[in-house]
Amino acid sequence: MEFGFTIAAYAVAAVLFILSLGGLSGQESAKRAVWYGITGMAIAVLATLIGPGAGLWWLSIVLIGIGAVVGYQLATKVQMTQMPELVAIMHSLVGLAAVFVGFNADLTINMVEAAKAAGEAVEGSFATLVAKKTAVEITILKVELVLGIWIGAVTFTGSVVAYGKLAGKVNSAAKKLPGGHMLNAAAAGLSVLLAIMYFSDAGSWTLVLLTLLALFIGYHLIMGIGGADMPVVVSMLNSYSGWAAAAIGFSLGNDLLIVVGALVGSSGAILSYIMCKAMNRAFVSVILGGFGGSSGPAMEVEGEQVPIDVDGVANALDEADSVIIVPGYGMAVAQAQQNVAELTRKLRAKGKAVRFAIHPVAGRLPGHMNVLLAEAKVPYDIVLEMDEINDDFPDTDVVIVIGSNDIVNPAAQDDPNSPIAGMPVLEVWKAKQVFVSKRGQGTGYSGIENPLFFKDNTRMYYGDAKDSIGALLNKID
Amino acid sequence: MRHVKIGTPTEVEAGENRVAMTPDSALQLQKLGYECLIQSGAGARADFSDSDYEAAGVTVVPDADALWAQADIIAKVRIPQDAELDRLTPEKTLITFFNPGGNAEGLEKAKAKGGNVIAMEMVPRISRAQKMDALSSMANIAGYRAVIEAGNNFGRFFTGQVTAAGKVPPAKVLIVGAGVAGLAAIGTSTSLGAITLAFDVRPEVAEQVESMGAEFVYLDFEEEQQDGSATGGYASVSSPEFREAQLAKFRELAPEVDIVITTALIPNREAPKLWLEDMVKAMKPGSVIVDLAAEKGGNVEGTVKDEKVVTDNGVTIIGYTDFPSRMARQSSLLYSTNIRHMMTDLTPEKDGKVNHNMEDDVIRGATVAYQGEITFPPPPPKVAAIAAKPKEKVKELTPEEKRANEIAAFKAQTKNQVTLITVGAVLLLAVGLVAPASFMQHFIVFILSVFIGFQVIWNVAHSLHTPLMAVTNAISSIIILGALIQIGSSSVLITILAALGIFMASINIFGGFLVTRRMLAMFQKS
Repeated sequence: MEFGFTIAAYAVAAVLFILSLGGLSGQESAKRAVWYGITGMAIAVLATLIGPGAGLWWLSIVLIGIGAVVGYQLATKVQMTQMPELVAIMHSLVGLAAVFVGFNADLTINMVEAAKAAGEAVEGSFATLVAKKTAVEITILKVELVLGIWIGAVTFTGSVVAYGKLAGKVNSAAKKLPGGHMLNAAAAGLSVLLAIMYFSDAGSWTLVLLTLLALFIGYHLIMGIGGADMPVVVSMLNSYSGWAAAAIGFSLGNDLLIVVGALVGSSGAILSYIMCKAMNRAFVSVILGGFGGSSGPAMEVEGEQVPIDVDGVANALDEADSVIIVPGYGMAVAQAQQNVAELTRKLRAKGKAVRFAIHPVAGRLPGHMNVLLAEAKVPYDIVLEMDEINDDFPDTDVVIVIGSNDIVNPAAQDDPNSPIAGMPVLEVWKAKQVFVSKRGQGTGYSGIENPLFFKDNTRMYYGDAKDSIGALLNKID
Repeated sequence: MRHVKIGTPTEVEAGENRVAMTPDSALQLQKLGYECLIQSGAGARADFSDSDYEAAGVTVVPDADALWAQADIIAKVRIPQDAELDRLTPEKTLITFFNPGGNAEGLEKAKAKGGNVIAMEMVPRISRAQKMDALSSMANIAGYRAVIEAGNNFGRFFTGQVTAAGKVPPAKVLIVGAGVAGLAAIGTSTSLGAITLAFDVRPEVAEQVESMGAEFVYLDFEEEQQDGSATGGYASVSSPEFREAQLAKFRELAPEVDIVITTALIPNREAPKLWLEDMVKAMKPGSVIVDLAAEKGGNVEGTVKDEKVVTDNGVTIIGYTDFPSRMARQSSLLYSTNIRHMMTDLTPEKDGKVNHNMEDDVIRGATVAYQGEITFPPPPPKVAAIAAKPKEKVKELTPEEKRANEIAAFKAQTKNQVTLITVGAVLLLAVGLVAPASFMQHFIVFILSVFIGFQVIWNVAHSLHTPLMAVTNAISSIIILGALIQIGSSSVLITILAALGIFMASINIFGGFLVTRRMLAMFQKS
């Protein structure tokens, strides 16, 4: 059974998906790009329903309808600050779906073999496809579906753990079971063994066991990665879900699955690479979890943290001509972006130059801060990247750091023994005055002491970011 | 509870107009928990009346005796005279200019009396202590006043003008020594419109000079200058050859300049003679020289300390040493603020109690007598270096070198790409040797897609990384196609698993795209 029409539709869909990703190069074209993606998906699903997926099509449509309702609820209810969690949990769905489809392929192979042995005909479009395959092709099919299931399972548990960490349901600190990476390596080795047994027709139980091992690896791998590395983890899982889809595409002989899986996989891989580069860390060391051991004691920080009250900050802002705001995860946690945006509007109305400096790994997702600021209607042309703005700090009157810590830590440049030594940071301390909005004197997410807080031109503005900025709003008019 | 009292007496030095406490600083000192006293009339010459002080909550005491008797901490300006030091007792702290390097007698006396003495000129030059650096705040005033004083004695405009009555050339001002006073003088002079030249032995200050709008005078001299940061930001003694080059330059400039302001001082030494008699002679009649180093003997040959002299060729040389005192209100405001900051550091708890912490670099450095001991000179501070080391200059590349580098980079890139392509091709061929053709057809699609993905994603804007993840997440639910194909199977188990797959993937499709739409709709231009 050939479906010329379906394949033609797939080609259109594939082009649309590529355009959809390519369109994300600019804010304006991105709005169009999403529609390309949506159209591509609609064409792909419809063509499949009419063609090779025609069996039980009514059930499919009902299920898609229910899924649509659930998806709509999720997408409209979610707060922008919870975006990282949402993306993580959605990755897990793709992973799980890949596992199911992979198992189905295995079941189909068994069914077809049984039918062949009994001399009966097989039903269903996929089953007929399998029935035509030679023995070598069946083996390759098995390799592909093992890969699909394995990656899918790792993605599933990994995403669930990542979701738990991002949502604060699981402690974000890096945790490992005794044995650490040896345990992962052992599980991976065992997986390979089981896969080989499965290829030599040892039975489906090997596949089940292999899935369990993969689930364990996903769990243990992500548990062992600290909270600060979550942006990399999320984009890495994104990549995995793509590779899983591609592997399944091979086993089903479906080119569109392969194309899209490869697109998603490479996109996630590049994102992970960009994130790692921004943190000056090797991808492998992120995956292996936790910050690498430092080679000596960290520099002693001298001085004290000097607090300031709302009037002090308001006065300084009143006198400043240029202001740069550096937001971090703390702003997201406190939901302070609306107040920050309001502050920006007021300051800009008074003729002051206000800009935002965004570090590539600020927040828990790549580009997290941009989304939050956009939500609060901060114009995107005053939101700048680290490389664009880092040289401007010496000419800046006031810098307000809101809930960020490591990304403004001068130890990354000054202290070769610091765990974050060499990571590019925003050089806020070069500004004339720095205010740090922070809840308390703690060291924050990654537990690294920040000498910025002890500098002479730094004043600590303690309190919940939302309330602090809100109080500031009342003083400025 | 008895409050600790801070008192300020009237300055006894003749001609001194400043006062170490102002109504403003008194308010701040009271916030620290102290009670403030002032001798009646102490602020009069700086235009602060007794009633101003009373309004700020300061107790006015009739005379110096009463003040020294009542106050626990005495803040004053000038180096204390014998009669004043006689009033020191072991439990009192005196905060003042003290010149400990040239005042061994005073130190001995303070030791004998047992009181603590904090010398304001000994505040270390580290950034934390800038707020109490009284030398800098006084030097700033001196620099400003030097230009004003020069203008007062100069018979022409500073700025050039073209008027109906004729063209006036701008005055040419040379400022020697670009320390705090020199920079203040540069700022004043340029803002009055004069053409301003500045010289300093430390070439690293050229940037500061130019930032103030003056022209830095460079010497034709090849010698590695000593790094200013090694000497606490002060100039050091220069070599004889360097000095010759410097004097030659000045000789060349002397006939051109109308006003010379010299500020060259080296700590604890006689001021270097930089403007020699022949240079004074070479200047035009009516020119003015202000010698800010007159206190230490002067940079100019012919300077008379505290006097204004006019030479035979009509050049006015001003050797006043009391510039800050001539602007008593301004300098009192700044000096009292320096004192107030010193008190803030001495009162970390803000509880009105002095914590004379000798472990603290700033307090240790400034304390010259403590509990009956002379504590001068202080040990080197733990936090050193105020100025960053001069950056290693990156060598300018010649065009040929640049071109060579570009070609090398291009070659390296080509080599890289060729290697990658070769390795990739070999791997592909290896796969193709074993895998059947049906697999290879799909594999081609896969390789091309990965390639397209890499090409496309690099162009995605950084701010759109989150939407990118949401979109890729949504389209990765293309896995739904697999489930759709499988659902029509005759096996119930397969159908159930496929149904679950369809359900989950469709949540993802709708959720993913909707969220992306929501995010992108928010991005807007200003």
